[in-house]
Amino acid sequence: MIRRLFIANRGEIALRVIRTAKAMGITTVLGVSSADAASLPALMADETVLLGPGPSSQSYLAIDTVVAAMISAHCDAVHPGYGFLSENAAFARAVAGAGIRFVGPEIKTLEGMGDKLAARALALEAGLPVLPGGEAATREAVHARAAEIGYPLLLKAVAGGGGKGMRRVDRAEDLDTVLDMAQAEAQAAFGNAAVYVERFVAKGRHVEVQLLGDGSSAIHLGTRDCSIQRRFQKLVEEAPAPAMPDAARAGIEEAAVRLARHIGYRGAGTAEFLVDATDFSFYFLELNARIQVEHPVTEAITGVDLVEQQLLVAAGKRLTLTQAMVRPVGHAIEVRINAEDPDADFRPAPGRITRAAWPAGPGIRVDTHIAAGGEVPPLYDSLLGKLIVHAPSREEAVARLKAALASIRIEGVPTTAGLHARIAADPRFVAGGVDTGFLTGLAQ
Amino acid sequence: MSDDLPLTAEDVAEIAAIIEASPYRELDLSTRRFRLRLARGDDGEAGLTQEWQWAGSAPEAAAAMAEHATDPDAVPAPLPGTFYHAPQPGAPPFVAVGDEVGPETVVGIVETMKLMNPVHAGRAGRVAEVIVPNATMVAKGQPLFRLA
Repeated sequence: MIRRLFIANRGEIALRVIRTAKAMGITTVLGVSSADAASLPALMADETVLLGPGPSSQSYLAIDTVVAAMISAHCDAVHPGYGFLSENAAFARAVAGAGIRFVGPEIKTLEGMGDKLAARALALEAGLPVLPGGEAATREAVHARAAEIGYPLLLKAVAGGGGKGMRRVDRAEDLDTVLDMAQAEAQAAFGNAAVYVERFVAKGRHVEVQLLGDGSSAIHLGTRDCSIQRRFQKLVEEAPAPAMPDAARAGIEEAAVRLARHIGYRGAGTAEFLVDATDFSFYFLELNARIQVEHPVTEAITGVDLVEQQLLVAAGKRLTLTQAMVRPVGHAIEVRINAEDPDADFRPAPGRITRAAWPAGPGIRVDTHIAAGGEVPPLYDSLLGKLIVHAPSREEAVARLKAALASIRIEGVPTTAGLHARIAADPRFVAGGVDTGFLTGLAQ
Repeated sequence: MSDDLPLTAEDVAEIAAIIEASPYRELDLSTRRFRLRLARGDDGEAGLTQEWQWAGSAPEAAAAMAEHATDPDAVPAPLPGTFYHAPQPGAPPFVAVGDEVGPETVVGIVETMKLMNPVHAGRAGRVAEVIVPNATMVAKGQPLFRLA
């Protein structure tokens, strides 16, 4: 059993983990930077430990500091949330070295999946299809790969996640400039500047499968469609993936479970696929070995608390859920309310929130750490909160989303709320099954 | 520092359903630890909203960001964040004092919310001074370079 859980994260996900941990009778200890000392998660945790100053490199990303904090707080487990150190094998190793349970997969899985190239190789081993492309360790190698697979192409961070360090290149003459930016972003986000090259698919959908494993058995909790993105970061997610034949959905789910079993996956994870919007053929992209931002849509349709499952598996329990017990009901949609200006190329907009009136009502869930007076520091992610709607059908879920977005009032900084209202009213979105180029064609 | 979280999403949804079925416009609940206002939308048509306030969570007002006079020779930070001279640690800086730049020349980057935003010179000229040291937090509009 886990008695004292250290939370090595901030914002809404820290609050989300605290909620389930408390319901399970676990004491929560939150590591905070000085910029977050007065945050809502800090207030809600049973105890807090100051990690260091605001910049992540000196607080949330400082492995030695974070591990020392959980040791001094006598914690027996650590939940890393998403981002920051959640998929960092060196961190998981340091945690294990301190005799503390890491709420996540085995270290070898993190090494295999944190390196996106190694993940490609493992997927191929398990018989999953992947996109043309691959390793490009030097500038010359990047040019050689680019010449081989042609333009447009994607540069992706080897240590990637969340779209950081991922850039599209349309022309050979832009390659060097974009490569510099991608490497700088990868270095800042992951402490590893390495990138690789992959073919860019224009009419693609981003479909992912929620997985749960205990090291020996693995099941899936259905699909999520996350095709609406900006800068390769998701804005809207829904479960299950709409406008797709059941057989296609089942094929993707089966492939994801095959990979999870092949690597003996433990904990909650997500296999991401690029799906051709026309013929539903699919390519494995990556396996995210952590809880995802968009996990609530899966929780809404399955009724499974994914954080609880993570904590149970981390405590050494076998999965008690079987595939037959997972029976998704209805349709769920999540929109990310970010502090950024959609009319200025999604420029991040830190600042003080003067009013935060979130929607409320049946079938509505809001995961947020932001209330009136809350400060959004420029140091971290722009996510203010997630609005999740659930209804018996997709049509009703879209209607519920529209109504909820009509009442939301977040003031003090520009947000993506208005953009989401336009998305919810777009006939292509209402019909369902849009591709990743959706935002470009959105009416103003 | 707290007992159980006061209300779950399901609790809020249930209270919202009660208000919707009632003649009341809003519910304003204050306890020692939090204040929750559940209210119908401003125009009567929109759905309910939830607004939370937490005792102890409202941080002290941050120091107001200094307004910077518009100096035509200064290259200002396009947004708040951490200012870097070079594309990555150890790499040579984008520009040095004495370099000729054009309006589109990238002279630095500002990292805001984990995104790298290029800083463009904005006009043609020669770099006369690098005002802000590398890896420094800057406010929006803060002068980073002076051009001659």
